[in-house]
Amino acid sequence: MATYLEFIQQNEEQDGVRFSWNVWPSSRLEATRMVVPLACLLTPLKERPDLPPVQYEPVLCSRPTCKAILNPLWVTIEVSGVAIADGSFIGVCPTLFPPAYTGISEVNQPAELMPHFSTIEYMVQRGAQSPLIFLYVVDTCLEEDDLQALKESLQMSLSLLPPDALVGLITFGRMVQVHELSCEGISKSYVFRGTKDLTAKQIQDMLGLSKPAMLMQQARPTQPQEHPFVSSRFLQPVHKIDMNLTDLLGELQRDPWPVTQGKRPLRSTGVALSIAVGLLEGTFPNTGARIMLFTGGPPTQGPGMVVGDELKTPIRSWHDIEKDNARFMKKATKHYEMLANRTAANGHCIDIYACALDQTGLLEMKCCTNLTGGHMVMGDSFNTSLFKQTFQRIFSKDFNGNFRMAFGATLEVKTSRELKIAGAIGPCVSLNVKGPCVSENELGVGGTSQWKICALDPTSTLGIYFEVANQHNAPIPQGGRGAIQFVTQYQHSSTQKRIRVTTIARNWADAQSQLRHIEAAFDQEAAAVLMARLGVFRAESEEGPDVLRWLDRQLIRLCQKFGQYNKEDPTSFRLSDAFSLYPQFMFHLRRSPFLQVFNNSPDESSYYRHHFGRQDLTQSLIMIQPILYSYSFHGPPEPVLLDSSSILADRILLMDTFFQIVIYLGETIAQWRKAGYQDMPEYENFKHLLQAPLDDAQEILQARFPMPRYVNTEHGGSQSRFLLSKVNPSQTHNNLYAWGQETGAPILTDDVSLQVFMDHLKKLAVSSAS
Amino acid sequence: MNVNQSAPSALPYGQPQPVYPGYQSSYGGQPGSTVPPTPYEASYNGPLPGYQQAPPPGVSRAPPPSGAPAPSTAQASGGQATYGQFGQGDVQNGPSSTVQMQRHPGSQLFGSAPVLSQPAVVQPYGPPPTSSQVSAQLAGMRISGATASAPSHSGLGYGSPTSGSFPNSGLYGSYPQGQVPPLSLAQGHPGAQPPQRSAPPQASSFTPPASGGPRMPSMTGPLLPGQGFGGPSMSQPNHVSSPPPQALPPGSQMTGPPGPPPSMHSSQPGYQLQQNGSFGSVRGPQPNYGSPYPGAPTFGSQPGPPQSLPPKRLDPDAIPSPIQVIEDDRNNRGSEPFVTGARGQVPPLVTTNFQVKDQGNASPRYIRCTSYNIPCTSDMAKQAQVPLAAIIKPLARLPPEEASPYVVDHGESGPLRCNRCKAYMCPFMQFIEGGRRFQCCFCSCINDVPPQYFQHLDHTGKRVDAYDRPELSLGSYEFLATVDYCKNNKFPSPPAFIFMIDVSYNAIRSGLVRLLCEELKSLLDFLPREGSAEESAIRVGFVTYNKVLHFYNVKSSLAQPQMMVVSDVADMFVPLLDGFLVNVNESRTVITSLLDQIPEMFADTRETETVFAPVIQAGMEALKAAECAGKLFLFHTSLPIAEAPGKLKNRDDRKLINTDKEKTLFQPQTSAYQTLAKECVAQGCCVDLFLFPNQYVDVATLSVVPQLTGGSVYKYACFQVENDQERFLSDLCRDVQKVVGFDAVMRVRTSTGIRAVDFFGAFYMSNTTDVELAGLDVDKTVTVEFKHDDRLNEESGALLQCALLYTSCAGQRRLRIHNLALNCCTQLADLYRNCETDTLINYMAKFAYRGVLSSPVKTVRDTLITQCAQILACYRKNCASPSSAGQLILPECMKLLPVYLNCVLKSDVLQPGAEVTTDDRAYVRQLVTSMDVAETNVFFYPRLLPLTKSPIENTTEPPAVRASEERLSSGDIYLLENGLNLFLWVGASVQQGVVQNLFNVSSFSHITSGLSVLPVLDNPLSKKVRGLIDNLRMQRSRYMKLIVVKQEDKLEMLFKHFLVEDKSLSGGASYVDFLCHMHKEIRQLLS
Repeated sequence: MATYLEFIQQNEEQDGVRFSWNVWPSSRLEATRMVVPLACLLTPLKERPDLPPVQYEPVLCSRPTCKAILNPLWVTIEVSGVAIADGSFIGVCPTLFPPAYTGISEVNQPAELMPHFSTIEYMVQRGAQSPLIFLYVVDTCLEEDDLQALKESLQMSLSLLPPDALVGLITFGRMVQVHELSCEGISKSYVFRGTKDLTAKQIQDMLGLSKPAMLMQQARPTQPQEHPFVSSRFLQPVHKIDMNLTDLLGELQRDPWPVTQGKRPLRSTGVALSIAVGLLEGTFPNTGARIMLFTGGPPTQGPGMVVGDELKTPIRSWHDIEKDNARFMKKATKHYEMLANRTAANGHCIDIYACALDQTGLLEMKCCTNLTGGHMVMGDSFNTSLFKQTFQRIFSKDFNGNFRMAFGATLEVKTSRELKIAGAIGPCVSLNVKGPCVSENELGVGGTSQWKICALDPTSTLGIYFEVANQHNAPIPQGGRGAIQFVTQYQHSSTQKRIRVTTIARNWADAQSQLRHIEAAFDQEAAAVLMARLGVFRAESEEGPDVLRWLDRQLIRLCQKFGQYNKEDPTSFRLSDAFSLYPQFMFHLRRSPFLQVFNNSPDESSYYRHHFGRQDLTQSLIMIQPILYSYSFHGPPEPVLLDSSSILADRILLMDTFFQIVIYLGETIAQWRKAGYQDMPEYENFKHLLQAPLDDAQEILQARFPMPRYVNTEHGGSQSRFLLSKVNPSQTHNNLYAWGQETGAPILTDDVSLQVFMDHLKKLAVSSAS
Repeated sequence: MNVNQSAPSALPYGQPQPVYPGYQSSYGGQPGSTVPPTPYEASYNGPLPGYQQAPPPGVSRAPPPSGAPAPSTAQASGGQATYGQFGQGDVQNGPSSTVQMQRHPGSQLFGSAPVLSQPAVVQPYGPPPTSSQVSAQLAGMRISGATASAPSHSGLGYGSPTSGSFPNSGLYGSYPQGQVPPLSLAQGHPGAQPPQRSAPPQASSFTPPASGGPRMPSMTGPLLPGQGFGGPSMSQPNHVSSPPPQALPPGSQMTGPPGPPPSMHSSQPGYQLQQNGSFGSVRGPQPNYGSPYPGAPTFGSQPGPPQSLPPKRLDPDAIPSPIQVIEDDRNNRGSEPFVTGARGQVPPLVTTNFQVKDQGNASPRYIRCTSYNIPCTSDMAKQAQVPLAAIIKPLARLPPEEASPYVVDHGESGPLRCNRCKAYMCPFMQFIEGGRRFQCCFCSCINDVPPQYFQHLDHTGKRVDAYDRPELSLGSYEFLATVDYCKNNKFPSPPAFIFMIDVSYNAIRSGLVRLLCEELKSLLDFLPREGSAEESAIRVGFVTYNKVLHFYNVKSSLAQPQMMVVSDVADMFVPLLDGFLVNVNESRTVITSLLDQIPEMFADTRETETVFAPVIQAGMEALKAAECAGKLFLFHTSLPIAEAPGKLKNRDDRKLINTDKEKTLFQPQTSAYQTLAKECVAQGCCVDLFLFPNQYVDVATLSVVPQLTGGSVYKYACFQVENDQERFLSDLCRDVQKVVGFDAVMRVRTSTGIRAVDFFGAFYMSNTTDVELAGLDVDKTVTVEFKHDDRLNEESGALLQCALLYTSCAGQRRLRIHNLALNCCTQLADLYRNCETDTLINYMAKFAYRGVLSSPVKTVRDTLITQCAQILACYRKNCASPSSAGQLILPECMKLLPVYLNCVLKSDVLQPGAEVTTDDRAYVRQLVTSMDVAETNVFFYPRLLPLTKSPIENTTEPPAVRASEERLSSGDIYLLENGLNLFLWVGASVQQGVVQNLFNVSSFSHITSGLSVLPVLDNPLSKKVRGLIDNLRMQRSRYMKLIVVKQEDKLEMLFKHFLVEDKSLSGGASYVDFLCHMHKEIRQLLS
């Protein structure tokens, strides 16, 4: 088994791919009986410092229906002195190598044919390079200090942008202002009313872009570099106008329109976004661009308004939504969906940085980020390090000094004929490319073999679901392998066009005769995440309880299929190592904010789901089942069970839920600290003990995007709820005394504990009734 | 002088027909079938042929006259004919005409003229030659200034009615006698007539002299004796000195003799009386024109040739002269202050400089009435046809020596008002019951006096504190309004000025934007301020626009101005609040920086399209957002054709002139602007529009909003910085600095019996009583017409109270009250004696100018003439002593009515010349709508000042001369002004020294025609002329651009347009012709 773990790990390292099953059941029927679908988590831009891009273009299979890219799986044959590649997925598609490949031989192979280049990146020279574009869309209905902090962050960001990147600025409040950046002596802006939705055409007309736009259309095929000229008024290279823009940002005032008592400021987020989208749509279609929306409150007027300006009517809660009481939600959602789809179609992305104590309408706006691959950041204030550092981290650079962001990617998946593509879940939109390898059954965003991912970073991960198409009566010969090729074309942050190709193959196995193999090749972590994504995906459109029931049923079926037990004897139930953690993941998943909306606002749910839908496997697992470390004088820090029993008086706990980092001082420790022992030289070790989790937390904080909420609390502290709500409530007020002497902290909840959950699971799994 | 001069001789007798049409054209405004001059001659001839030829048709026609439709034509024709005859000058009125007139009194209108074309009509009359002739004789014009004597008397003092009225009557009395004989004589003449017919040639021969020849001095001579009015002579030095009344009898006798042509005096008197004489008399006090005329002879064409020969033409010097009247009034009334204490006093003329002492009635500077004596009953009023109107200029500027109205503060309780009619406390309120109550003078309601206002009465029933309280002793005063008088029950914030500048290609290219921005920098220091306030409370804002709007944030804290572009013109809004309207001093550096940059920013603009309605909308919204009233200054260049609300198309079509559709040229293209104006008024947003068109911009539509919001329109066609800079800047400065009342409501209350029924001016009315003015500046006038709704009482008279609620330029809410008491009369004579012709003309012009919006221009003109004829006919019938129908008798107060009315009729709006654009007409139309009496007076009858006649040392303004080409001598230089235009006319034979001194060139031929600035030279003449020009400009609310016109130069055509006593190129009648026509109309009415 260790080998499998290694294999999986190595695959992930090399290709950024993790499959739920690493040996594939060879028939459709068997596959469905496996409960967990054949699927993988793909991190298309997984950082590969060891992988230099090759400077030429890929060789394609010459069969039009195939067009697979030359890869190590191909077989090279020499026919009359001419190298011919063969071994395409679809069958035998002889392809003549281009002349450059004539020198091919066993010892002199092009990189893409070498086995360890199962993932390879091509740099494509063709096509003009267009600069990156950053369009700031800034809310001015903020408190003074918030606005000040935001202004500073924005000014700072100018220094982080690539010098030739284009920037633009739109501010909004009651009105929307599009600022012209190249003015001397007077600052100009175009103002739009915040209550009126405009079509892209109108926006372009009003901004005076229409005429040039027409010219551009004619000129585009030949001279796309005219773009900068066209929109020069609103989007300018950073190096030219950073002084101007810095001043402009500096002079930015709070929205001057009076807000009377008992009202919310009028905030035209919907129109502002619409204008931003329209502006880029008209000037830089299909060029990497980020629209960065900074908002400090909910949209309160115009299209996309989420709540009225009367403070006495609160913004919708889950309760309202369930009661169908959220009167603006549907309309607003529609507005933002329309915008998101337009943005995605143009290859731009939208980031949302929402900092407010109350909700800001992320529920309605989530599609803007989810469909375009943009970031969603939620904080309490722009004046917090959470926002400041998160924002800064967007412009972080990789080891080559390039930004960790890529734009306008399309992901194409090719499969060998025994497989079909059922869909993908992640920050992508379908490109609606049908083909023979596209399944009719959809899981996630399906019905296509290509997706558009408008913005990517090295951790962006998609779940891709497959279907085994092979019929039971058409067995695959022993040793046969199925192959999948992922082709990701994208605009690198250096503005080059690149193509990353990952080709993987797995063995087929007959589920009846070789179930052990298949079982052993189960990747329960990947499976948990993939199932979770499916669940969350469903939760967006279905009622919460239904999703939970579905998850439970899948779990039970899985246990029935792969557990070892005697019928009707729960105590006999055992799961193999490959499955042993899976039920626990499911237990925590059920309690996670991704599926539970209780205690979360709709915005928070959207926020959590947004991140869950795009993070890689490790992060996703942390989200499902937070990690808990324990620090004590008894030994080095150790991971402990996420269980109430781990909460002990003489321990310091560090919990990482991805969204929060919680440091919790046990009762005794807290008392010690209160007594000030850490300041006494003789208790220096105590000081170190206190410091250790802080250091570790810092380490996590440094690497995490978005910055987690950092909570430093202690026994009895109000903030300790973050911890208490996550741990398995093995001790509650109900069973505290039953468990008796066992130390730990009782959790005041009616939630079932893992133990109860497992008991039930076993009972159901062994029951012959189901 | 004689318009007819050229033509008369030319036409043959024989062609009556063509002639008539010509007539029509000239009068009726129909583009002439014939040249204007010809008509007259023709007319002259006309009658004759008529007689001869067509008895039969005439007969057949004859009946119709009585019938409604036919009559008009017949009359018309008759009228024309007569007119023509008169016009010819003096040549006599065709007998036929008189006949016709008599028969069809109903049809007096010129309008009917068109019908005239039918020669047949005329002929009918022919048949009864004798009778007609007789009538013709009778018809002899008698122009008697009924009050002719009045002027002089008035000077002496109106007080003595006897002197005033009697003179007239006396005169008349005397005349009748004189006249009677003539009549008989005339009848006698018939015999003579036949010969005339036979002897057309003679007639023709006469004509030439008449037209061409100057009037004979002798004419005047004769008049004197004949007329013999003592009074007149006094007042009018120019006029023939009229002998004392006693002379009259002789005069009459004289007239009697008319028969004997040879005797100049006798016969001529007749003539003169009729024509020249009569006119002469007009000017003079009512000379007896009437009597002399026994006129058949006069009319001479018929009477013996001999008679006609000498006198033929009306002596222009003999007809009433505006100059003389003005001069007399100046001399008689200019010296003493006008004290407003007594009820129903007629104030001095607007042209007279006089001081006013407010003793209970509003100064005539605030209110002028058409009549200060109102008929007691509506029947009387209807009979007289004299419109009862008040021209109110509530915020009029006062000369420095007169104090502006006191501000009364009644504290929280606010001004005291009648509970029922809501009239404000005024001197006419009657305190009773020892001062505990007061009776409203308007509605007679008895109200309690609030305790805090109580005061004891003295023995006369007057409050003891009457003289301490302006509202109890003065005609005009102001109340401080309480919060109840404010919009939304909130005291207003200080108003704002928003400058909205067109920055399209045209505006940039002409240099306008640069000029304007430069000027604004300094102009902003002179915003109107309240009283002695340190700085103006008014805030300012700036907008530029072409197809889109640019707002500017000029907040004082900004390092540089911010520009905000709003492209959504379809749905205008204001993009910013804070920093748009700012205090000038606080934001000075930012504003200066902005004004420096605006011309630069748009220097390379290619945008030629503009919007208009959204601009106003934006300004209005800005004021709304700032919750204040204010004024927009729009500087606009072109027809707004950009896609936006209020988009206009070029619909100028000269072909519509003189058709029924002509009115559409004055109507706005779209109703969008009315709607917009309504919103503006609701917000208290006044719009001043400065137009700089290079071509048609549709002033009719663009001026709708300024018009309805109480704003002004200025137009600078083909603006070029070099030529028009001074005029524009001067207008701008004046306009910006003007004191304005904002967000005003005016209500005119009257005592029971009359009611304000109609209003004219620049304002908006949403109901029938409240005049809403978004802004009202010192130059704006509102005209109110009253109608009877009950009987008035002679004792109590009629009271007017005009209350204006407004926000001052410092943001203070105030009420300005003007009170005026008028007399009431049961005798029409009293009405006619207390009329004010200038005011009447002001009203009639406004009435007519509004009429063109709904009726064909011709109808409007005809209505005017009819009304005027009715007024005069009523006088003739009811007030003048019986006299020959042939006499034209004018009431003294109205003796200028014909000449002024003619000027109105000939004005560009009612009778456009070929060079007058549609925009000009619309522009003038709306200008006149809010003019006060002084402005209309000079606008319709321009002032013509000879510059070189009086000695250079004489620094006073030279006496004006009549606006006629005849009055110009080629050796002199004249200045002509009408409030909008200023011409310097240089005669061809002006002394070289004068040319040198004035123009700094060596000879006449070196003077640049069209020059607009006189060189600054250090010599007395140059200084004097430039000083005079400056002085004239000072007097007018708009800067008049000077144009130097050389005699015989092509520009002279333009100049001649303003010589309103002459026949105009566009077909307007000369004064003489018109007077004749008027006379005919009157006679028709009387018969």
